[in-house]
Amino acid sequence: MTAPLLEVQDIVKIFGTLKANDNVSLDIMPGEIHAFLGENGAGKSTLVKMIYGALQPTSGNMRWHGKPIKIQNPAEARALGIGMVFQHFSLFDALTAAENIALALPDAYDISGLSKRIKSVSKDYGLPVDPHAAVGDLSVGERQRIEILRCLLQNPKLLIMDEPTSVLTPQEADQLFVVLRRLAAEGCAVLYISHRLEEVMTLCSAATILRHGKVVARLDPRKETATSLARLMVGAEVVQVKSTALAARGAERLVLKNLSLAADGAFATALKNISLSVAGGEIVAIAGVAGNGQGELFDALSGERRLTRDHMLQVDGRAIGKIGINGRRKLGMAFVAEERLGHGAVPELNLSSNMVLTRHASDAAIARGMLVHMDQAEIAKERIVKNHDVRKGKIDPEARSLSGGNLQKFVMGRELDRNPGILIINQPTWGVDAGAAAAIRQAIVDLSRLGSAVIVISQDLDEIFEITDRIAVISRGQLSEALPASELTREAIGLLMAGAHEAKSRESSHAA
Amino acid sequence: MELLLTLLTIIMTAATPLLLAALGETITERAGVLNLGVEGMMVMGAVAGFGGAYLTGNPWAGIPFAILAGMAMALLFAFLTMTLLANQVATGLALTLLGLGLSALIGERLVGQPGIKLPLFLGIDPLIPFSFLLTGLVSWFLFRTKAGLVVRAVGNNHASAHALGYSVILVRYLCILFGGACAGLAGGYLSLVYTPQWVENMTAGRGWIALALVVFASWLPLRVLAGAYLFGTISILSFVLQAMGLGIPSQLLSSLPYLGTILALVVISGNKALTRRNTPASLGQAFVPDR
Amino acid sequence: MRLEKRAERSPTMALASPFIALGLTVITAAIIFALRGINPLNGLYVYFIEPLTALWSVEQLLVKASPLILIGAGLAVAYRANVWNIGAEGQLTAGAIMAGMIPVMLPNWQSPLTLLLMLLFGAIGGMAWGSISAFLKNRFNANEILTSLMLVYVVQLLLDWLVRGPWRDPKGFNFPKSITFTDWQLLPYITSGIHLGVVIALVMALVLGFVMTRTLKGFEITVSGLSPRAARFSGFSQQRTVMFCFLLSGGLAGLAGAIEISSVVGQLQPQISPGYGFAAIIVAFLGRLNPVGAILAGLLLALSYIGGEAVQTALQVPEKITRVIQGVLLFYVLACDTLINYRISGLSAATQVRV
Repeated sequence: MTAPLLEVQDIVKIFGTLKANDNVSLDIMPGEIHAFLGENGAGKSTLVKMIYGALQPTSGNMRWHGKPIKIQNPAEARALGIGMVFQHFSLFDALTAAENIALALPDAYDISGLSKRIKSVSKDYGLPVDPHAAVGDLSVGERQRIEILRCLLQNPKLLIMDEPTSVLTPQEADQLFVVLRRLAAEGCAVLYISHRLEEVMTLCSAATILRHGKVVARLDPRKETATSLARLMVGAEVVQVKSTALAARGAERLVLKNLSLAADGAFATALKNISLSVAGGEIVAIAGVAGNGQGELFDALSGERRLTRDHMLQVDGRAIGKIGINGRRKLGMAFVAEERLGHGAVPELNLSSNMVLTRHASDAAIARGMLVHMDQAEIAKERIVKNHDVRKGKIDPEARSLSGGNLQKFVMGRELDRNPGILIINQPTWGVDAGAAAAIRQAIVDLSRLGSAVIVISQDLDEIFEITDRIAVISRGQLSEALPASELTREAIGLLMAGAHEAKSRESSHAA
Repeated sequence: MELLLTLLTIIMTAATPLLLAALGETITERAGVLNLGVEGMMVMGAVAGFGGAYLTGNPWAGIPFAILAGMAMALLFAFLTMTLLANQVATGLALTLLGLGLSALIGERLVGQPGIKLPLFLGIDPLIPFSFLLTGLVSWFLFRTKAGLVVRAVGNNHASAHALGYSVILVRYLCILFGGACAGLAGGYLSLVYTPQWVENMTAGRGWIALALVVFASWLPLRVLAGAYLFGTISILSFVLQAMGLGIPSQLLSSLPYLGTILALVVISGNKALTRRNTPASLGQAFVPDR
Repeated sequence: MRLEKRAERSPTMALASPFIALGLTVITAAIIFALRGINPLNGLYVYFIEPLTALWSVEQLLVKASPLILIGAGLAVAYRANVWNIGAEGQLTAGAIMAGMIPVMLPNWQSPLTLLLMLLFGAIGGMAWGSISAFLKNRFNANEILTSLMLVYVVQLLLDWLVRGPWRDPKGFNFPKSITFTDWQLLPYITSGIHLGVVIALVMALVLGFVMTRTLKGFEITVSGLSPRAARFSGFSQQRTVMFCFLLSGGLAGLAGAIEISSVVGQLQPQISPGYGFAAIIVAFLGRLNPVGAILAGLLLALSYIGGEAVQTALQVPEKITRVIQGVLLFYVLACDTLINYRISGLSAATQVRV
């Protein structure tokens, strides 16, 4: 047997009172694709940041080719041959692709020489990138290619990939796997972080599973099932959402008719001719790769940006495109934003004040006339905390001190508490642990089955297939026709994500 | 012809302090730091420059005093905003208020003392060619060197720069200090060349105009140069018009540079295409490394 | 030394930090006195304590504090919303010009309405001047810090032109001053040393305190400052907030200008404020951006002015020390505020890394 490339031995990392890594050990062989699994907050990112030199362990050792090493900073890691592709890319929008890559290389400054190297390597691996393009103008997939090229140009021996496929279409993911398999064949090890268990089972030959900062299993994922891996990650059976089949479609409650909205700002997406109707009692998913207009669509639906024509948005037969967000709330609409901290909730304010945030116009008890009644906000907050099992340390803590899952339960509960007729949610379970995610999905299903119309904007196909009745796909600001989930495959959705419907809708708009 | 030459010389003298201070602030802001204390650093540079020349009897000795005073103030700003993570806007204001007060107290005995003008070198005052050289150097540094690329990267996205292993705080400390040195030098220019004496509040808002210039120039050094000369011309224009005695109230003419600054800000800030690429995206935001 | 973010703001530190800052300022003042060869204790006594020992000087303190409280309370609200109006000195001047217009134009009109209208005009003048920056910010995205400051110079030059030109007192021996205001052109005194402006300032600060804690407007301002995106989600318009903050803080500064010329100054002249508009920035921060806190902070800043005059007469220290002490105070306030959100983990963190 060959010697391990990297040995991580008994690493402990403590932040304040939190033990993020508790005696974690991990061996990576040359040329192996090693899966690193765990729930949100299990401590995966902490460990890879220490391997990449961005954090220092509290205690423990690492060995590289059998020799003990201390990686003081990312430059040292890169010099050893460790590259990392971040989940939230470490790119610079205002700089060109070549400049972005130059920042990770130790070489002297020579953009034109570097551009040539980029072109040759990108051709070799089938990762097309224009070295002179500004990164801010590129799609998510292109940005990831820049991150990968940045590592490849340093001839890495170990490549760390943090949730690389969460931003890709299924087809783009397949292309990525080709590149990763080739790298592995060339002897480069890959440490692969993902929560998509299906792909781990086909791609990886070894896996380490982390739970609450501790290693709970080392195994060969090819010999496991998705269920058994999930159980190890979560530490309990994963709760399945209980959903009844959709009864006969109710009346149309939410109708979008040729909704268009100009781009707002330098790197934003314009919405083009979006049409969709959602009936009471049904959940419609809007799938798509990040950055294709999901945020803009959410703003248009919520009224954070008003539409230019009233008829573009109709609620229970009323045309309300020009009405603002609070007017829409008064009509029974409710909204849950993607970003919990800083959009759906104010991080520095306590939960009671965050109640006022979305309720001051629609809830006369909380705010009447010019006055705010904090005592009423507190009562409502307590009700939500109780009904939705929001766990917190203090009676009325600041929003930022809650965990992702608990804060999401709170901002969801804040809207569900009003029994909204129409609910729009962007990324309902993004960065949320499995227990909270299951509870949130169940709550969405329960609301719809009581007769509300629900739109779920999500990039998570597993989630979409689990809870939604129909699926539409957004790409570059255009929306495909919503089709019943039972009639769609992942591959079909992947094609739509890549923009297969755009040409068609262009033709039809010409005809019209 | 001779009049024109004189006029040009006066315009250069008026433009140079603006240019120097704005170049420094350009680097500071390119790194993502908004230091509103230019006026404070500048006025400290003015009093220190004059004081240094007065104490040593050598006007050249005033220059390092001015630069060091600007840097000392900048260091104070950097410590508060980078190490203690204080709000940059508030700290910049504090720096200006402190600088104006402290310079008045320090310079109390220098008021009314005869000044010593920096001698000419080959017929021109040496800081003018230096300011041109500095413009070229700053431009070259920002766009032709790796270090300049790092500065722009830190200003564009400090979290990414940190993830790649660059020390955001160190880069910003250095850029703030450079900004302080330039502002101090600009102040020294005022008290050693422009009007060789020390008067309380002698910067008269030039630090603020320099700040506006950086926005006006959309963070590009060559445009800073153009802007500084435009403003130099406006301020000299008001003198010339006053001298001509056209019956225009002198106060209106004196307010031209300030009104011009507002106009320039309006024209540039409203134009998204001009500011889009160059505005440092993390300008003014405190950097706290996450886990 | 390293800073570690607290999970939540520390309420203890939020209360303590202004006092720690004050303590450090006093120590710094002592050092300045010592450097000048003055017994520090004596210097501190003359500067900080003596003005509080006589009734007349306490009254003077309240009078000096009133513009600082008025402006500081308004700025506190604006800064809460992340609206950086630093041109209050200009808005004060604009208010004084507008208020002064009435007695200058109608020197013989004497009625309680005269005074009322002067105060109203003052507020309107400040609001108008402030609204320019708000408009430029909303319409052209022009930085309000720079425009509001530039407008200070412009309006001061305008006042200078007025009192040297059209509004100069014809019987004033060519001094750059307007006529002297009389009777109903002046604020009534409620004691021998305290005029009505003091009451107005205190009431305004308390009203703003109520607005910030109990009303939807206060909530809107708080949310806008903490998180603009969440404010939009809550249905609040960023542009409306910017305009509101400039109208409020500008209006209060203008009112302060009207109060100054109808009390202490008593006429229009090129300089009507010893930098109250800038000192009020310090008041706002020292008062923890809380309008009620601005009352205490305004009193302290007023003390720094009076103390400065006292050390000049008693100890021959130039009163310029006032501005140094004010500047140093603001620095310490900002530095100490760090402790509210962060805790300093000095040696323990350093040793942890070594393990």
